[in-house]
Amino acid sequence: MTCIEARGLRKAFGKTIALDGVNLLVEEGRILGLIGPNGAGKTTALNAILGLTPCEGELRVLGRDPWAERERLMRDVCFIADVAVLPHWMRVSQALDYVAGVHPRFDRAKAEGFLAKTDISRTSKIRELSKGMVTQLHLALVMAIDARLLVLDEPTLGLDILYRKQFYDSLLNDYFDRNRTIVVTTHQVEDVEHVLTDLMFINRGRIVLDCSMEEFESRYLEVTVHPERVAAARGLKPIHERQVLGRSILLFDLKVDHVERQQVAALGEVRTPSITDLFVAMLGNKQGSKAAETQGVTR
Amino acid sequence: MNTQSNAVPESSLDSQVTAPAAISATRPMYWSVRRELWENRSIYIAPLAVAALYMLGFLISLMWLPHSMREVAAHHPAPQLVELAMPYGHATWLLLVTALLVGIFYSLDALHGERRDRSILFWKSLPVSDFTTVLSKASIPLVVLPLLVFAITVILQLFMWLLNIAVLLVSGAGAATLWAQLPLFQMELVLLYGLTVIALWYAPIYGWLLLVSGWARRAPFLWAGLPALAIAAVEKIAFHTSYFGFLLQDRLIGFAARAFDLKDKGGVPVDPHFIPLAQVAPGKFLSSPGLWIGLLVAAAFLVAAVRLRRYREPI
Repeated sequence: MTCIEARGLRKAFGKTIALDGVNLLVEEGRILGLIGPNGAGKTTALNAILGLTPCEGELRVLGRDPWAERERLMRDVCFIADVAVLPHWMRVSQALDYVAGVHPRFDRAKAEGFLAKTDISRTSKIRELSKGMVTQLHLALVMAIDARLLVLDEPTLGLDILYRKQFYDSLLNDYFDRNRTIVVTTHQVEDVEHVLTDLMFINRGRIVLDCSMEEFESRYLEVTVHPERVAAARGLKPIHERQVLGRSILLFDLKVDHVERQQVAALGEVRTPSITDLFVAMLGNKQGSKAAETQGVTR
Repeated sequence: MNTQSNAVPESSLDSQVTAPAAISATRPMYWSVRRELWENRSIYIAPLAVAALYMLGFLISLMWLPHSMREVAAHHPAPQLVELAMPYGHATWLLLVTALLVGIFYSLDALHGERRDRSILFWKSLPVSDFTTVLSKASIPLVVLPLLVFAITVILQLFMWLLNIAVLLVSGAGAATLWAQLPLFQMELVLLYGLTVIALWYAPIYGWLLLVSGWARRAPFLWAGLPALAIAAVEKIAFHTSYFGFLLQDRLIGFAARAFDLKDKGGVPVDPHFIPLAQVAPGKFLSSPGLWIGLLVAAAFLVAAVRLRRYREPI
């Protein structure tokens, strides 16, 4: 079943175009990473999906129009928008009471269970908790809601590596199943690299890459080229080249460049690039982002 | 809910999902109001503190009570009642002003604070509509505060009354029967009526304050007051008139002349410290166009505030 379907989403703030004709199709049971530089339109796209901002174009989330039906949609959708939006004056017990009071799909016992694994005291005020604990609390609240779509906007910003790892481990082990969908944006790409099933790059309000992780692995290839084969390698038109310790590392897009895997493999040591490498290659400099835009890869 | 869902076999997954989803419409409203009371404890702490302070002052004043009672006894019976009722009237007015101040400060922050601390993103992540949220916030100055003030005033005056009788009995001033004549029950009825009148009459003021708090990016206090001053000033300079000023003044104090007969049958002005039940004029109040125009304006302000909250993002 389709979870999110968007066609030609457009949104401008004055002269700044935040979304410039975004098309999205997210199936149920996927974990989509929406990656992009600052100001690329990630948060605007998520806000549109959550019904927090109106925009032009067609948008359906779980079969509903989010802007017109936000209240109803929020029974099936959860989001952690940014960090530290939990009201600082609230007590932990009040947060539990309140969500239990207003949310028909909230399982209080489950939330208490998650909290029991942390050091969070029920009587603490949220302002007294550390940043990591606030995130743990928010995650405990959200995971206890039987929702179908979870939207995470920079959920682990400012957290240390242990909390970050724990955050995604909990999500995968205690929450995610094939009936749920997760959309996450983050700058800490390496944290989610092995969590995602789908990957999307967004830049200047446009989707510049949209592929599943399987496709990503079969399509992009990074080669540390033997020095004597650099000229030959460049002839195959890599989408990016960088120098590390005096050696050239070239990145190939096998689908667009029409090169064979064996051809590239003959040039040197081959490996699948990290998401960060591809991100830098596609959006790292002006030329890169232009090249990516002209490629305009869509599913 | 848990035991139920545990017992339900997997095949009835649908009913399990829809059953708890049929949450009653009043529940989000109830929890939203509770939430406001958690966040803004001044709503009940301020009137309680004022009542406690007044009680302290009243306790000290009891020392002079037997003496002043003898003074009172020398006067005519009618003014006596007014003088007896004086401390009770003061207590009422003090709590009314406290509620007004708390209501003003609360309303100006209600839709501003949640954007300032970004918690609006959390509230909006839950299935509570903007309409319910704004309505719950409007209900604080229009329903919750008047009810609280009523309860606190009744309890305070009851204590005062019992202490009065006790002191007079012990001191042997012999006026206990006089105190029994103080129409406490009637006073509380008039208070309840007055609180309802004030809430209805002030509704557009609170509506305006909520609207400004949802609209202003900063300094909602200034935005709430300055436009009124500016309009009044421009009118004065341009037309040498003060209609807008009169309009505001009428909105602030005009409820008294509409909801009460401020002169008794003999044409003598009624003392505001003790308004007898006979001077209550609900018919006159309900038939005054000012009330209904005010309520319409209040509704318009609240609808605008709901719309604003829908569009507004954290600041």
